[in-house]
This record gives sequence, C-alpha cells and structure tokens, in this order.
Amino acid sequence: MKKFETFTGIAAPMPLVNIDTDMIIPKQFLKTIKRSGLGVHAFDEMRYDRQGVENPDFVLNKPAYRDTSILVAGDNFGCGSSREHAPWALADFGIKVVVSTSFADIFFNNCFKNGMLPIVLPQEQVDLLMADSERGENARMTVDLEAQEITTSDGDVIKFDVDPFRKHCLLNGLDDIGLTLEKADAIQAFEAGAAQARPWV
Amino acid sequence: MSPKTLYDKIWDAHVAHEAEDGTCLLYIDRHLVHEVTSPQAFEGLRMAGRKVHAPDKTIAVPDHNVPTTAGRDNPDQMPEDSRIQVAALDTNAREFGVHYYPVNDIRQGIVHIVGPEQGWTLPGMTVVCGDSHTATHGAFGALAHGIGTSEVEHVLATQTLIQKKSKNMKVEITGKLSPGVTAKDIVLTIIGETGTGGGTGYVIEYCGEAIRGLSMEGRMTICNMAIEGGARAGLIAPDETTYAYVKGRPHAPKGAQWEAAVNWWSTLYSDDDAHFDKVLTIRGEDIAPTVTWGTSPEDALPITANVPSPDDFSGGKVDAAKRALDYMGLTPGMKLTDIEIDTVFIGSCTNGRIEDLRAAAEVLKGKRVKDGMRAMVVPGSGLVRAQAEEEGLAEIFTEAGFEWRLAGCSMCLAMNPDQLSEGERCASTSNRNFEGRQGYKGRTHLVSPAMAAAAAVTGKLTDIRDFH
Ligand code: SF4
Repeated sequence: MKKFETFTGIAAPMPLVNIDTDMIIPKQFLKTIKRSGLGVHAFDEMRYDRQGVENPDFVLNKPAYRDTSILVAGDNFGCGSSREHAPWALADFGIKVVVSTSFADIFFNNCFKNGMLPIVLPQEQVDLLMADSERGENARMTVDLEAQEITTSDGDVIKFDVDPFRKHCLLNGLDDIGLTLEKADAIQAFEAGAAQARPWV
Repeated sequence: MSPKTLYDKIWDAHVAHEAEDGTCLLYIDRHLVHEVTSPQAFEGLRMAGRKVHAPDKTIAVPDHNVPTTAGRDNPDQMPEDSRIQVAALDTNAREFGVHYYPVNDIRQGIVHIVGPEQGWTLPGMTVVCGDSHTATHGAFGALAHGIGTSEVEHVLATQTLIQKKSKNMKVEITGKLSPGVTAKDIVLTIIGETGTGGGTGYVIEYCGEAIRGLSMEGRMTICNMAIEGGARAGLIAPDETTYAYVKGRPHAPKGAQWEAAVNWWSTLYSDDDAHFDKVLTIRGEDIAPTVTWGTSPEDALPITANVPSPDDFSGGKVDAAKRALDYMGLTPGMKLTDIEIDTVFIGSCTNGRIEDLRAAAEVLKGKRVKDGMRAMVVPGSGLVRAQAEEEGLAEIFTEAGFEWRLAGCSMCLAMNPDQLSEGERCASTSNRNFEGRQGYKGRTHLVSPAMAAAAAVTGKLTDIRDFH
C-alpha cells in the first residue's frame, strides 16, 4: 500500500445524506475481477445519463471539481453493501479523503485498507468545510494526517481524531496481512485451545 | 464476574490476540465466500504466495450473478463478465480446496441461506462473508458481519479479522404481534425508528416476547436487515427453536458433540444486569404491516399511512425526501394503498426461505395475478425450491401466474438479467430500495412475502388485513 502523505487538494461538496454504495458504484461495475479502473464509473448514475453522456450539473463533472481529491459529504456516507468497489472507485478517481458527520461501518473500514482516510467531524465543522468546498478551485484544503489537521483555504485549522493503529498503518503504508502473520503463534495457540473447548466447530 | 451481554460472551470467546490499544484479532469460525467480492482476494493470495489458512472453515457458493432460468449451467447463458466471475470462483474454490457448491449442485443458493441450511452456521460462532447481509446468521446467536474484499483476503490468509469491539444495543419487541404482522414488518418498523445510521457502531441484540415467538426463518429476516439500520451485526440468543432447526443438518455436531455444544450454547444469553449502551423498546401490538415509500430502508411506514411530504422532515433529510419522492414518482399525501405496482419479486436472503414461500402461496391459493403483472418467485436455495415443489407451493405460484425460478440473488440486486426497467415499480421482499438497486430508475417498495403476493393480485400496495 502507498504511504499516506500530507497533500493539498480540491474538495467537492456532496451534502446529500445517506449516500449509499449503490450510488457510489452501481452493481453493473461489480463484475470486474480487478481492483483498478473503476474511477470512471464512480457515482455513475448521477454522473452520466443512460447514453454515457456527462450530466453537467453533477458536482464532479464541473470544471472546477474535475481534480477533486477530498469529498465533503452528508451524514451516513457509504451506507449499504460491503462492496470494496466503492472505495476502489473513489480512490481510482483520485479521492484520498472523505469528510462527513458519520460513515457506515464497513465502508469506513474499507477506506483504510485502500490508503484512504475517512474523517468524522461534528456538524458545525463539516458545515464549515462544506462552505469552503463550494468555492471549487479557489478552495484548496490541506490534510496532514501526522498532525491530524485539515487546513482550509482561509487558513482555519480543524483537528480530527483517528484510531492510532490505523493512522500508523496509513502513514507507513503497512499491509494488514503481513502484520497479522507476525502473530501466527497467538493464532495457533488460540486454535489449539478452541479445538479443545469447542471441538464441533 | 461482571455481567455480560451475549455479544460480550461471543466476542470474549474469539479474541486470539489483543493489542494495548484494544485492537483485537478476532478468530473466525466460518468464512462464506461468493463470486462478486472474492476474486481480488484470491488473486492477492496468489500474488503473495499465500494459502487459505483454514479451507475447512471456508464455504464458497456463486449466487449474485447466476441466471435463475432453466439451462443456466450452460455458460453461454451468462454475459461475458458474469461468466468470468463465476468461473473465477470455480477455479479459486477448487484450487484453494474450500467447500464449494457450484451452480449445478442442488444445495447451491444465496450464501446466507445455504450456510444455515447446511448447518455451517451454529450458535456462538463468528461468521463473516464479503457481503453486508452476513448479519443474517446472527439469528442463531452467531456474531456475523459483512466485510470488504481486503478483509476477505485477510480472513483467507489468517482466519482472523482485525477488529475493535462495538458497543451494545438492545432492541426489545414486547408482547404479541397482531394478525398479518411478520418479521419483515418488525424489522422495517425498527429501521423506520432508528434510521439507517441508528445502529452505526453497535451490535444489536433483538429480544422480547415477540422475537422469541418467531421461527428461525423470521429471526433470520430480522437479523438480515440489522445492517440496514447501520449495525455491525444483529444477534438473537439461541434457544429451543434454534436447536430444533440446527439438529440433524449436514454439518451440525452429532452425538456427544451435540450434547457438549448445546451445553455451551445454553450459556449464550445476556446476563440480567448486563449493560447496554442504547436501548429501544417497541410494543409488538403497535407494529402494523409496513412498507417503504422512498429510496432508503428508513423510509418505512404502516401500510395505512399516506406518502409523506418533505416538510415532515428536517435537516439533510428534507432534500433526501424530495429526491426520493421525485425518484419514486409519488405525490405527498396520497395513500400508500393507492400506489400501483407492475412487478412483484419474492425472494432474496431476507425472504427467500420456505416459510416465506408458504406465506406467499397461502395468499395466492386459487387467485390470479393482475393482468400485465410481472411476478416471480426466486427460492433462496435449490433445497428450498425442491421442498416448495414437494409441498405443492410451486404449483400454486405458477397457477397464479408467477414465474417459478431457480435459486440465486436475482432481482434483489439485479446483477443477473432479472431487472426492473426505467419507471417500473416493484413490490419486493428484498432488503434495499436504493436508487437503481433493482435496475436503472426502477422503483422498489419493500414488503413482506404475504404483502408482495397480495400486491400481485390487486395491482396495488395492499393491506394484507383487508385482503380476502
Ligand atoms: S439476496 Fe440480495 S441482499 Fe442477499 S446476498 Fe443476494 S444480493 Fe445480497
């Protein structure tokens, strides 16, 4: 996994609540057996009409937002299915950070596994970032994971929380499986105990 | 010892390692795999030269893409991309040596129906699958939740999952249910109350007299939709109903092991004074047959209600409601029972079990679907289908004008050819009414199997209590 480094990018406003994984990546694009190449299909049904022509009103189609790397979204972002195609599509589009008042659990987990950072903030701060993101290209936010800070285009600094273990993995680009396999002894010991206690499993 | 919830007990029994910050390696007893969320995970293993750690605890079945029409084991029946996915599962399952039910096996079906049916799912287990509706297995008192593809790879490689513990939530349904009210109505009512984010961060235990009174099928319907309320998992404590369902299934324990298992299972309940971080209580008597009007499962109302107006909401939900009404083509104030339906889908891991088919068939006996209605039943597994044929249900369905299909996910998410066209409106027994879920611009109303059957006959959303 690539290391998560401090970056400055364009943020796009998506104030809709309950943006679900079917909206982020509709099922017809789940038939791939690869992880890459889904970016062109991100938000497909909002982004294109049936003939594949871009909807000019959709935020990511507007000239100011074509290079968006931060989404500022309404409550409960990523609800619905477990499809990791959702963060794959966002990451492939170039999104590195999603900010919202809350996220669905599985989507939230999936982001970290793909080098993306979902940030939960209180309503007032999301509102502030939402307003900033409405300024398009004129607003460039900086996300510093090490310091746990977002700096708005006006220089306001917003602090955010992140789980220390996940932060460590993102900053160092660590692969979960490799980390877990270092604990192979603990897993084996558990298996031996469980085989005694619950042999029917 | 401090009192524990059911969730605490199962969690504690599966922690293989705990780091100082509370991050745990949770040991996984059963890993279910289907074709959509696993190809990249198997590919990852291959690239890293890793094996499946416990192939004996891993069960694979294709369900999302498979056609549900006759002759489907001919690969030419599937579009190229579906065929590649199903073929990839076939290769991966055989190469990595996991348990496997291919398309032409009578035991094939929706992964969450096959697991319990074959006795893979047992009380007190940890169960995961790359699918959010893994919550279904919580009906057995198993800690079961959906995971993403990276986590599928993690479980394949290590048989564990990196987890932090969730909070405990209790949803109690007291008293008795009124006639015509089913498990589906209970769970839609709960989500209507909590919203789709109300369970985020929690594992929900469903309890109370009305839940105890449900069959295993009904309990699976409830837990299936725990995810629709945002919860990581849903749980129902095992009891005699659970044991009776499990006993004798192909992979259930036998003989002395059965005794030992039941001994442990009977300790799996929340202690009297166990702490819950959040509690919701609903009177069973207050629950009516329920339908959804919008594009989120939280848009649930009693069938006797009217379509709401955006003014009835506040905050971000106002715009969401506007968008939903527009998408659904509904006018605020109209009666839900005036909504006309052109398609009926009975099936899915929410309501594709034998009891669901019995309930729908009971309504359809001697009746015909309305002219022009497209109606289909897609049994949840090949075995459900066979049993329904044996009980004469299939005949009732076909005589009523329903298509009688082979097992799979089908129109629940429309990855196979079973889809709604633009503007079509469906009464569906599935679990998600998201935009485009059942087909581009298709409109979905979530209902119970009996209500779906009644809608097929009348051509409208129908209060099952008024249907004769
Ligand atoms: S039936 Fe529907 S919800 Fe269930 S596993 Fe299949 S697609 Fe998912």
